[in-house]
Amino acid sequence: MSGDSGVAIVGIGIHPFGRHPGVPARQQAVHATRAALRDAGVEWRDVQFAFGGSMDGGDPDTLVSDLGQTGLPFINVWNGCATGGSALISADSLLRSGAADLGMVIGFDAHARGAFNTDPAAHGLGAWYGETGLMLTTQYFALKIQRYAHDHGISPSTLAKVAAKAFRNGAANPNAWRRTPLAEEEILAAPMVSHPLTKYMFCAPGEGAVALVLCRADQAHRYTARPVHLRAAALRSRRYGSFEVFSPWLAIERADSPSVEAARAAFEQAGVGPGEVDVAQVQDTESGAELIHLAETGLCKHGEQEALVQSGATEIGGTLPVNTDGGCLANGEPIGASGLRMVHESVLQLRGDAGARQVPGDPRTAFTHVYGAPGISACTVLTR
Amino acid sequence: MSPKPIADDLFTWPSDAPQLIGARCPSCAAMTFPQQASCPRCGAAMETCLLGRRGTLWTWTVQSFEPKEPYDGPTPFEPYGVGYVELPGELLVEARLTEADPDRLAIGAEVELVIEPFRRDAGGDEVVTFAFRPVTEGTAA
Repeated sequence: MSGDSGVAIVGIGIHPFGRHPGVPARQQAVHATRAALRDAGVEWRDVQFAFGGSMDGGDPDTLVSDLGQTGLPFINVWNGCATGGSALISADSLLRSGAADLGMVIGFDAHARGAFNTDPAAHGLGAWYGETGLMLTTQYFALKIQRYAHDHGISPSTLAKVAAKAFRNGAANPNAWRRTPLAEEEILAAPMVSHPLTKYMFCAPGEGAVALVLCRADQAHRYTARPVHLRAAALRSRRYGSFEVFSPWLAIERADSPSVEAARAAFEQAGVGPGEVDVAQVQDTESGAELIHLAETGLCKHGEQEALVQSGATEIGGTLPVNTDGGCLANGEPIGASGLRMVHESVLQLRGDAGARQVPGDPRTAFTHVYGAPGISACTVLTR
Repeated sequence: MSPKPIADDLFTWPSDAPQLIGARCPSCAAMTFPQQASCPRCGAAMETCLLGRRGTLWTWTVQSFEPKEPYDGPTPFEPYGVGYVELPGELLVEARLTEADPDRLAIGAEVELVIEPFRRDAGGDEVVTFAFRPVTEGTAA
C-alpha cells in the first residue's frame, strides 16, 4: 500500500429521521449500517475500522454486539455538531495514510423532546449563566440573525421562505421527519419562539442514523460503478472575536466564524471553488442559519441572500439548490447523525438517485457544512 | 438584609451604582466578562476590572418559552428580553433585558445596567441578577 489515491464513498445507509417510539437509537444505527453494507456489497467482517458518534444514543462501539464482534478497531468520536464530520476526517486520514483499505463511519442519536439543555460547567461557565436563562442555542441563533438581518437586509418573508422550502423538500424525501408542506403565511403566523424566528423556523432535536462505507479510491471499482469521491473534509474551531453560541461576552472586534475557515480549507483541499458547487447542504438549525451559512461558506456574498431566496435560486430547480432533503428543519437534528445525513444526501444527488427531489442537470459537485456549539464547523466537498 | 446576588463575582453588590466585574489582559488589552484567570487571546494572566454601566444594544431577542433546567427563574414564567450590549471601548456582554416587548427594542438603543429581583431561594431570600434597561427620558442617570 503506498501513495494517496484519495477516498471514495461506496456505500450509504440511513434510518429515517424523526420520532420512533420503541426503536432504540442503537437499533436505528444497526439498520443504517446494514443498509450501507448492502449498498457497498460487503459484509461487516470486511470492515477494517469504524468511527462512530452519538450524544444520547449510546456508546457507538457497543454496536459490535449486534453487527458482529470481529475485533475491528471501533473508535468513538464525540465532537458536538461536528461529530459526523470528525468521524469522516478520521476515516479519511486513515484511508489516505494507507493504513487501511475499507472502513465505516456511523452516526446516530435520539434526544429528549424540546430544545437542548446544556450544563454550563461542561462549557467552563458559571451556574448563573444557565439559571438566569441565557444558555439556549435557540436564543443564540435568534440573536445572530437579528443582527445579521439588520446589517444585510433579510426580511421576515425570506426567513419564512427558507422554512417553506425545507418542508417542501422534506415532503419529497421518504426519510424526512416533517413531510407536510407549509405555506409562507402559516410559518410567519406561527408563535414567535425567539424573535424574529417563529416555531416553524426552528429545527427540533430528534432521532435517526446514517452510515457510510468508505474505501481507498483506487479500489472503489470493486464495490460500485458509481463511487463518490470525498475530495475534502475539514474541521475548524472558533477564533478570538467570532460570535459563538454560549458566549457571556464577545470582543468588540469581530473575527470570522469557524464556518468561514472550515469552508475555505475544504475548498482549498479539494481544489474546487464555491462557484463550482452544484448542490449544497448547510446547517439550518433555523431559517436564518441557512442564510448566514450560505455567505460564510462562500456560496454567495453577504447581502445576496434576500434576492437569491426571493428569486427561487436555492430551490431544487434553481441555480444553487440548498438543503435538498429538507435539511435540519424537515429532518430534525439527531446530533450524531446530522452531519452524515448531509453527506448521504449529497451521495444520492451525485449518483442521480434522489428521486422526486433530484437536482436536474446531472450535478457533479456537492458541498456540506455543519456548525454547532461551542463554535465549531465541519465541511466536505464531494464529486463524482 | 440585602438581596443575594445570583453569583458572587459578577457585579459589585450591594451598591448604589453597581458595575459588572470583568477582567483585562495587561499584555494585549483583551477583556472578558465574567473575569477569568487567563487571556482567551494571548494566554497571559488577567487582572480584575470594573465595566462601564452604559452601552448600546448590539442585538436582541425575546425568550418566549420557559427554558428547561438548569434554568431556575421566577414562577410563573414571563417572557424576557435577551441581548448583547456593547460597552464602548470594552466588550459586548450578554444579558437579560428589562424590556420584553419587540416593539420597544431596537439595535443601537442606549441601555444601562440595573440589578433586578430574579427569584427567591430555598430559604425565601430574594436573589438578584444583572440586566440592562433602555435609557429613556426620566431614567437617565
